Amino acid sequence: MTDPKKQFRIALRNCGLIDPEQIEDYIEQDGYFALGKCIIELSPEMVIDEIKNSGLRGRGGGGFPTGLKWEITKNVENNQKYVVCNADEGDPGAFMDRSILEGDPHSVLEAMAICGYCIGADTGLIYIRAEYPLAIERLKIAIKQAEEYGLIGDEILGSDFNFKIELRYGAGAFVCGEETALIHSMEGLRGEPTFKPPFPSVSGYMGKPTNVNNVETFASVPVIINKGANWFNKIGTEKSKGTKVFALAGKVNNVGLAEVPMGTTLREVIFEIGGGIIDGKEFKSVQTGGPSGGCLTKDFLDVPIDYDNLIAVGSMMGSGGMIVMDEDDCMVAIAKFYLEFTLEESCGKCNPCRIGNKRLHEILDKITSGKGTEEDIEKLKILSDVIKDTSLCGLGQTSPNPVLSTIANFGHEYLAHVKDGKCPAGQCKSLLRYDIIEDLCTGCTLCFRHCPVGAITGERRSPHFIDQSLCIKCGVCFEKCKFNAITLT
Amino acid sequence: MLSELKNNHHLSIMTKIKTLTDLKHLKDKIQLKNGLGKSGDKSEQIIQIKVGMATCGIASGAKEVMKYLIEECEHLAVDANVKQTGCLGYCYAEPMIEVLIPGSKPKVFGYVNNKKVREIIENYIIKGEQVEGEIPISFKTINN
Repeated sequence: MTDPKKQFRIALRNCGLIDPEQIEDYIEQDGYFALGKCIIELSPEMVIDEIKNSGLRGRGGGGFPTGLKWEITKNVENNQKYVVCNADEGDPGAFMDRSILEGDPHSVLEAMAICGYCIGADTGLIYIRAEYPLAIERLKIAIKQAEEYGLIGDEILGSDFNFKIELRYGAGAFVCGEETALIHSMEGLRGEPTFKPPFPSVSGYMGKPTNVNNVETFASVPVIINKGANWFNKIGTEKSKGTKVFALAGKVNNVGLAEVPMGTTLREVIFEIGGGIIDGKEFKSVQTGGPSGGCLTKDFLDVPIDYDNLIAVGSMMGSGGMIVMDEDDCMVAIAKFYLEFTLEESCGKCNPCRIGNKRLHEILDKITSGKGTEEDIEKLKILSDVIKDTSLCGLGQTSPNPVLSTIANFGHEYLAHVKDGKCPAGQCKSLLRYDIIEDLCTGCTLCFRHCPVGAITGERRSPHFIDQSLCIKCGVCFEKCKFNAITLT
Repeated sequence: MLSELKNNHHLSIMTKIKTLTDLKHLKDKIQLKNGLGKSGDKSEQIIQIKVGMATCGIASGAKEVMKYLIEECEHLAVDANVKQTGCLGYCYAEPMIEVLIPGSKPKVFGYVNNKKVREIIENYIIKGEQVEGEIPISFKTINN
């Protein structure tokens, strides 16, 4: 249960330590000094060079080099540009961005202004989901306080740099985390992605050059300016610099946030920071990258976490959701769960995603109902590949990943479902079977009286029977029997 | 939010910061007020109690804990600055409060309810005794 200083907090540096509704608390922690340093002492080119040298990559999941993105947007000629903060955090079990916005909103505002200074934008927009009311309220307070001090607004710190920040609300659609869909949503259009290029850096919000970065990416920027690129790029691995915040959830003891240097292993995050598995059960899998990522087995626990390593083992960094599963979780059911999410969240624009994922889900449903065949597993693989290759945006291109990674890493569980008609984790109800062992049954009638569907018959003081065609596998008989006369197979 | 609960006010009516030097002066002024500056007189520091008030904390009952904490500090005549913070990242142990007594190491308590608040004030803050329920916090930040 201990955390022997595995955590190193850059993006979360102030979270839980300062009052997010008091700008003075942020200023006391050198808040807005990075912005001041940039606009008073450095040219936009110098700031961009610093960010490039730091090696900072997008923390929303894509991993695109942040400095390069800023440079591209800067180099597009236009008298109106925008800085957009992507706060449309939507992965199941992910809450890194919410915590940053609720705990340290000024760090994001400061970095957006720095970005605006670099690319030549006078307006910043935060796209945040309406489901984050507390984060919205704290952002509003933060913007107001920063404006009152003149740290955001016109002629910041006596310079000729003007920058204002406004909020834009999303309705909580997962696809709106994709930057083109996000921009369309902000424009009042349907939240559907469009083909890239043109990239938002060239033609984004209202057709103007727009730099979109994630909350955590922005939150790291002021530290890079204050401490220097060379301080930052000493942390992490060769191609992934700095730290990453993970939201630990699932069957892990210490549910919460962990910010670790890149290169920390999954084992360190789950077992040292996360305190291991609940009730001492056995670790089965960890899911990273949300609905776009993959499920890794215990064989991958010692992989050092970075963008490239996770892709190499068939998952991805994603925005930082980390869901831990134990021996009681059925991996086919997990794949089905993620597909359900994707189905709900697919915008429906392109066929492979809209229809393909529906078919994937149907096949998974068939397997978990005990009606699947080995051929179905092959179908899943082929269809997954087609969806990946032909979908328009990141959502569809990655939606089959949970299916493919569970087949690759937990193929035996799929086989058990289709060949043996068994769910090894005992989760797929259709594959469970409750039976009464005649020799042990005393005919006490307890199970008979508790069965909600009348599936149990038998005379008092003689063995009872379960009618499998009526049984709904609720397990009440199993729990109630005092003589261990009921088996679960 | 919770403005009615807070006893932490802005330093003064905000004046625009027009230069980098102004910003530095403001930081010095804040540090001085919090007794952490070079010339800060440590003896004047008062007890600080921080309550985790992010979504995770509030969902676990942090609002009530903070309200009770403020009432009990007044009731038991403990001069403390009770303030809200965001999420410390140990969501499983919410509601959490951090107690900083000048001259002592900060202590973070988890799974706090009203009963625990009273215990912490009476036994830890007033009497200086050990109180159970401490959550070991040991992450490094950019400043250490």
